Parts: sequence; C-alpha cells; structure tokens
Amino acid sequence: MPSLVIALTLFILALLIGVEVIGKVPATLHTPLMSGANSIHGIIIVGVVIVAAHAHSPLAYVFIFLAAVLGTMNVVGGYVVTDRMLEMFKSSKGEKNEEKTQDKEGK
Amino acid sequence: MVTHASVLDITTWFVYVLAAVLFVMGLHYMNSPKTARKGNVVSAVGMLLAVLMAFVHMAFTGVESAVAVVVLILGIAVGAVAGVWSALKVKMTDMPQLVSIFNTVGGGAAALVALNDILTAPVSELSVVLLITAGLGVIIGAVTFTGSLIAAGKLQGVVPGGPVALPAQNSINAVLLLATFAGFIALCVQPEQRVLWSVVTVLLACIYGVLFVLPIGGADMPVVISVLNACTGTAVAMSGLAIDNVALIVAGALVGSAGVTLSILMAKAMNRPLMSVLLGGFGGGDAAASSGDGESGGTMRETTADDVAVQLVYADKVVFVPGFGLAQAQAQRELADLGSMLEERGIDVSYAIHPVAGRMPGHMNVLLAEANVPYEQLVDLDDINPQFPSTSVSLVVGANDVTNPAARRPGTAVSGMPILDVDKSASTVVIKRGRGKGYAGIENELYFDPHTQMLFGDAKAQLQAIIAAVKELVAE
Repeated sequence: MPSLVIALTLFILALLIGVEVIGKVPATLHTPLMSGANSIHGIIIVGVVIVAAHAHSPLAYVFIFLAAVLGTMNVVGGYVVTDRMLEMFKSSKGEKNEEKTQDKEGK
Repeated sequence: MVTHASVLDITTWFVYVLAAVLFVMGLHYMNSPKTARKGNVVSAVGMLLAVLMAFVHMAFTGVESAVAVVVLILGIAVGAVAGVWSALKVKMTDMPQLVSIFNTVGGGAAALVALNDILTAPVSELSVVLLITAGLGVIIGAVTFTGSLIAAGKLQGVVPGGPVALPAQNSINAVLLLATFAGFIALCVQPEQRVLWSVVTVLLACIYGVLFVLPIGGADMPVVISVLNACTGTAVAMSGLAIDNVALIVAGALVGSAGVTLSILMAKAMNRPLMSVLLGGFGGGDAAASSGDGESGGTMRETTADDVAVQLVYADKVVFVPGFGLAQAQAQRELADLGSMLEERGIDVSYAIHPVAGRMPGHMNVLLAEANVPYEQLVDLDDINPQFPSTSVSLVVGANDVTNPAARRPGTAVSGMPILDVDKSASTVVIKRGRGKGYAGIENELYFDPHTQMLFGDAKAQLQAIIAAVKELVAE
C-alpha cells in the first residue's frame, strides 16, 4: 500500500506524462481527445466500489448510489460518444463507400 | 491468510498500474486520426480492467454490508443505461454540451466519494491528511459540478450565452473562494463538526462554480470545459489520495495535466492568455463599444446562388471556410456534397479549419467528418493560409470573426487573433444569415472588400440552391 509520499510521487509523475502525451496531438483531434480524457476521469467508479466495500450506514448507501450513477454515466457515455466521433474520421473515399455498403447489409 | 491478502493486494496494484498504462497508450494513439479509434478502445479496456479488479478485490476481502453492493450495482446499471442512451442519442452539433454534462457527473461523483470519506470515517481515523485531500476533492468536485452544468447550459442556450456579470464580479468571486476555503479550514480544525462544515463548504463551492462560469462568454466555453475537465481530474486524484488508491491518483493526475495543457493550447489559438479567458467578460458589452474604430464604410455587394455556382464550376482551386453558422444550420452534408461535386470536375477542394471554429477545438473537424469529408481535405490554419493567394474562390459559410482582416491591425476587439487570410484569395463568397456582427461584436471588414460577395440567407437553403445550379451547369 502506498504511503502518502509514494502517492504524491506518482501524482507528480503522472502530471508530467499528461503534459507530454497531449503536447503532440493535432488540433483536428482536440475534441475527441477532450472527450476521451473526460471518460478517463470516470475511474472514480473504482473509488466508489472500494468505498462500497466498507459502507454500512444509510447515508453512505445514498452517496454510493448517486456516485455510482454519475460515475458510470461518465465512463460509459464518455467512451461511447468518443467512439462515435472517431468513427467518423475516414480517410479515403474507397473506405467510405465500403463502410456504407456494409452498413446497408447490416441493416 | 496474511499472505493471501498481500498477493491479492499486489495483483490489484499491478492491474491498476496496467490500467494507467493503457490510459496513457490510449491518449498516445489519439495522435493520429488513423489510430485514434484504437486509442479509445485501449483506454476503455484499461477502464474495464480496473473496475473488474476493484470488484474482484471486493469479492475476496468481503464487504461489510450486502445492501451497499446492491445499491452499487443498481447505481452502475442506471448510470450505464443513462450514459449509453445519451451518447447514442446526441446530435454531433450538440456534442460539446454532452461532454460538459459527462464532466458534470464526473465531478459530482468525485465530490461524493471524497465527501463520503469525510462523513462516514470513524472520528478517530480522521487524520489531517485525509481531511485535506478529501476536502480538496470535495471543493474541486463541487465547483466542477455546478460550473460544467452552467457551461452546458450556455452551449445549449438554456443559460444566456453572453457574459453575465454582476457588479464587482471578480471581487465577489474572490470573497466566495476565500469563504469556501475558510469552511474547509474550519473542517480541518473542528473535525467533530464535520457535517456542518462539509455542508457549508460544499454549498459555497457550488455557488462559486456557478459564478465562475456565468461571466464567461459562450464562445470561450471550449476553454472553460477543458479547464473544468482538468479540475475533475484533479478532484479524482485528490479522492484517490484520500482513499489511498493508485488507479485514481494516476488517472486523475493524467487527466488533470492533459486538461490544463489542452486549455493553454486552445487559449493560444485564440491569442488570449488563459487567465483573461477565465476572468470572463469578453465579447458583447465592452468589445461592442470599440466597434466605432473599424471603418465600416463602403457597401456590401450581394450575389445570387446561380452566380456563385458559375464561379465555383469554373474555378481551379476552391477553399471552404466553415464556421459555427454551418453547424447551426445543419448544412455540413450540403457543403460536403458540393465539395465532392466540384472535386469530380477536377477542382482542387479543401476546407480551412480555424483552431476555434465551431464550439470546441476540432469540433468542425468532427462535424465535417460526420458528413464524410476525408480528413486529408481538412487543412489547419498554418497550412492553408499560404494557399489563399492561389485560390480562385473562397466560400465562407457561417464563419465571421476568424476571417476579419481587422485582426491584423492593433486596436480592435479581434486584434492579434490568428485569422484565415480569406481576403487574399481572388474572390470571396460569404454565406451569412443576416447582417449581424460576430461574437466579438465588431463589423467584419472582409464583407466590405471589393472582392467579396455576400449571399444572405440560411446556409442550408443557399447551399442547396448552389448545388442545384451547379448540377444544371454541369448537365449543359
């Protein structure tokens, strides 16, 4: 288990990674990127699960329920909507037409 | 039993680390449109692993109450349905609002986890470290919660989009922020009064969130959402420190710094310091007063759809300049159709994308991608500007301030903002709903340029008229 010192070290190193990774993304992808990063902070749901393991008061149940609803909505919705956005970034026309016919066959 | 628990703890730890690695890889894959979708999946797999591991850990170590588990699973089910439903239903033009809403709920969840830690931990276990980390998580989470809600409201048009400012707004905000932290300090000093002080702190933080976003104009919302995104990340990291969880700490910090970096990039694209965006008040009010110095002499030259069609069909090189007006009119598909018709005739077609076109950075790219425009045709500001002098026709659809040549001179509301050099092309056609001013509240000098022709009306209807005219011309 991490002591506070290790935890803070991880926190600072992760901050640096964040700066490094984002600095390289082209403006074209900023919206999906914002949305993708947005889903990542849905990791709070892990916190909700951990808290739930130790909960035993009605107040805690209310908190857990609300936090689980909000956190899951963040995670699941975030990934689905990011995927919807990225799905639309197509390259060549050939690919585009193929997908269109596939869609029709699918339906 | 002890070894069993420690093996489990070590496994859990490394699964969380693996999840964090997958998040970093996922963000890294978003470097290129080719791998971006894969990146999102990689990131989602990391998330799934982390959540499953949390459940496995819980199953092995046991729970104190079955009710909590039932409530938890119920909450996850409700949240998953609501998330998927809203993500699938949303129209691409409304995407920024939804991202802001997801940010709202994320911030709320982070605040609740931290608040739960403060309120339900036995008094004897309330250490200063826990109070500080959880307290920060509560404050940042609550500010994000109401702030993102207001931001979404502004984008949706439910909350007035312009800067709404109280008198002495910045002083009021400063006092509120101080009061919030005073409540937080009181909580740390008097942990036995935790219910009272938590409620006070949460309420003050919620009010601060509203007043923080309210004075910021609608067009600055992308930057605000990105800042709030960073705040949620930080709140999650703080909650992670409070409950001692590596996954929350690393993922939260990652989102926090990514959000700040992105906000700075966006503010740079608008050529305004991040702080001036956040202090608000830009657009409308003050800026309108300075409109007098833009000499709006001269007249606008009106044209017809038929005439525009002729110009386009006989052009060598056409550049489309889409702005938010295009999205408002839902005319992306018409523009894309027109583009592919011209391309079939061998005309060089590209789309000039200003970094702040649309409502979010890259929003215009998403909208055009939805209309099946290949992303190679979407050209960034720096790459397209040298091409304007060799462009036969620039077609501006629903963009305003980003094309205003006044930005090159000092002393106007848009001065210094990087613009698309549309006025350097041989001829320019502007499709515009009415004669109104742009967000910055000043006249666009481009409209009075002798090489510019105006086509007033709804972007969708006018583009359809141009397409019909082009079809006729091509048939002849």
